[in-house]
Amino acid sequence: MKTTFKTLTKIATTLSLGILLSAFTSDNSGKEIAKLSKESSSGWGTSSVTMTMTLTNRNGQKTIRKMHGYNMEVAQDGDKSMTIFDTPKDVKGTVSMTFSHRKSDDEQWLYLPAIQRVKRISSSNKSGPFMGSEFAFEDIGSIEIEKYTYNYIGEGEANGAKCEKVERFPTSKTSGYKRNVVYYNKDNRRIERIEFYDRKNTLLKTLVYSDYKLYDSTFWRADKLNMVNQQNGKETLLEFSDLKLGVELSEDDFSQNALKRVK
Amino acid sequence: MKSLIRKGNLLILLFVGVYGTGFSQEKTSTNFTSNIGGYTRFDIQVFPKNALYSNQHSSNISAYYQPEVELEWGKKKRHSLSFKGFLRISQYDNQSTHADIRTLYYNYYIKDWEFSFGVKKVFWGFAESNHLVDIINQYDGLEGFDIEQKLGQPMAHISKSFKWGTLDLLGLTYHRPLVFPGEEGRPRPQGVLNYKKPDYEGKHGRYRPEVALRWSNSVYINNVSLDFGLSHFYGHSRVPFFKLDQNYNPTIQYELINQSGLELQLASGASLLKFEGIRRESKRETTFGYVIGEEYTISNVKNSGVDLGLIAEYTYDQRGGEVINGFDNDLFIGARVTANDINSTELIAGYTFDLNDNTQTYLVKFNRRIGDNWKLNLTALGYTKVSSKQFLYQLRRDDFLRFSMYYYF
Repeated sequence: MKTTFKTLTKIATTLSLGILLSAFTSDNSGKEIAKLSKESSSGWGTSSVTMTMTLTNRNGQKTIRKMHGYNMEVAQDGDKSMTIFDTPKDVKGTVSMTFSHRKSDDEQWLYLPAIQRVKRISSSNKSGPFMGSEFAFEDIGSIEIEKYTYNYIGEGEANGAKCEKVERFPTSKTSGYKRNVVYYNKDNRRIERIEFYDRKNTLLKTLVYSDYKLYDSTFWRADKLNMVNQQNGKETLLEFSDLKLGVELSEDDFSQNALKRVK
Repeated sequence: MKSLIRKGNLLILLFVGVYGTGFSQEKTSTNFTSNIGGYTRFDIQVFPKNALYSNQHSSNISAYYQPEVELEWGKKKRHSLSFKGFLRISQYDNQSTHADIRTLYYNYYIKDWEFSFGVKKVFWGFAESNHLVDIINQYDGLEGFDIEQKLGQPMAHISKSFKWGTLDLLGLTYHRPLVFPGEEGRPRPQGVLNYKKPDYEGKHGRYRPEVALRWSNSVYINNVSLDFGLSHFYGHSRVPFFKLDQNYNPTIQYELINQSGLELQLASGASLLKFEGIRRESKRETTFGYVIGEEYTISNVKNSGVDLGLIAEYTYDQRGGEVINGFDNDLFIGARVTANDINSTELIAGYTFDLNDNTQTYLVKFNRRIGDNWKLNLTALGYTKVSSKQFLYQLRRDDFLRFSMYYYF
């Protein structure tokens, strides 16, 4: 059953890729490149992963934060995700659950183990930093095509690969960015690099994707994401390990009851 | 004798401190996970105002130990056993030296069902300043009138999720009375009563079976989220009722009550609108109460990464002066500043104003992590102005400043 589903997804992806590719060649617009990239990395269903975040300040001092998480794709909408904080110890057991939506604000809840309480977090503004890192909340989590407008700017190079450069403009008024420049690998559509420009249109951060691995012979996933703040010299390296796709997860594992019990 | 006990307490305090710095451990295999952790905390509490009652002190040192153990096993880790202990050793007041099992329960889940059995904490409601609907667990009155500190409650709990929400059914027994500090403790009310031996309405005393039911759901439509809960509780009240007996001595009574609760939360953009309402019925009286308010978050203020949360809540409670925390016709204004920095620096400030009698209280909390394992907390609680009509009048000189250091292991 599962394999049938996978085959079907593959056929569907190939078909849509074909259709989109023809559209792409005729129009060459940025949005289609973004769509192709998104679609080539969709269809994984469910996943689990362990994350290590290394924060480096200007003096080279390092701070390490560990987390693990579960994700689920939702048809016609954004992903559902659950992130469990493992270190530092005072936040161990804190869980964040996010339902991202394609066209509207995401929904977010936080489980606080110290008071054993679930709290809803207003998440309309995601420009703030994630755990004191150089990643903003809007930089992590699923990228929804509908949340940007696009502009194709030409060819370029990143990580030694030939890329298509696409400018994207966040539609959200609360975004911390005026625009991003995304480098899509010409061969396999995966993202190699993103440049983030602040509201004043000055380069703020650069994000480099590396250590790509091919999962299920379909999905390219980067094991390392390195964000460098060009304005203050701080840096955050986000590393993924133990990534498993197609794990046994259902809607019931993304409920408020699950949020309270997940470890 | 007393000084001996004191010395003993200090010794245990030191022991806890040393022991608490012990080990934490995590073991994982495919079918079994164990996790041992928790924290030790040292408190120095200073009371700037002269004590109202003799035998009280102007400062107090205490240590706090909270060990935590989590075991999970079986396919998809469906079975789990959770333990959270609690021990406070206080320099003064033997009542305040106390231990509790905050949680000790077995949990099993399958699909949309969840079963648990044991000592647990269950939280209901959305408001920040006052927890009206939250009835399952008793306040820990020895922890300085902190509404987030509650005692463990023995129960059997079944939860099932449906398309239209989640149903929770709880069977409870072993009522936990509200206990205040003894003679030397601060903050405490006037007189030292035998809080652990109250009068219970009905035959079974604290062993009376109690029942609670709740239906809750979250709905998301057009960028607006609605969370709601509808609950009912039958059993002994968590709030005691002080009554004079024939000899005019105060006695503590726990009435049998039927309490229905409604919780609503509307989330849209940066705003959370909150409502909690209760109808409480005892033989003596039927009363209503509600909390209504808003929490508004200004995220990433001027691109500094700092979040500013503003909270305004109003409580009305027909029980009036009977309410121990004094929230009967009160306005609460609060602010939460979250730095979102590496050390999770946070400042919380709240101010409560009673519209009936001008009673004013404030609370300030500051939190900051130091390194990977330490955390600093500063708390200031002030009773600026307290009317003699309030229960808090008995605590009116117990303003305090507390310095706490946590070590997580």
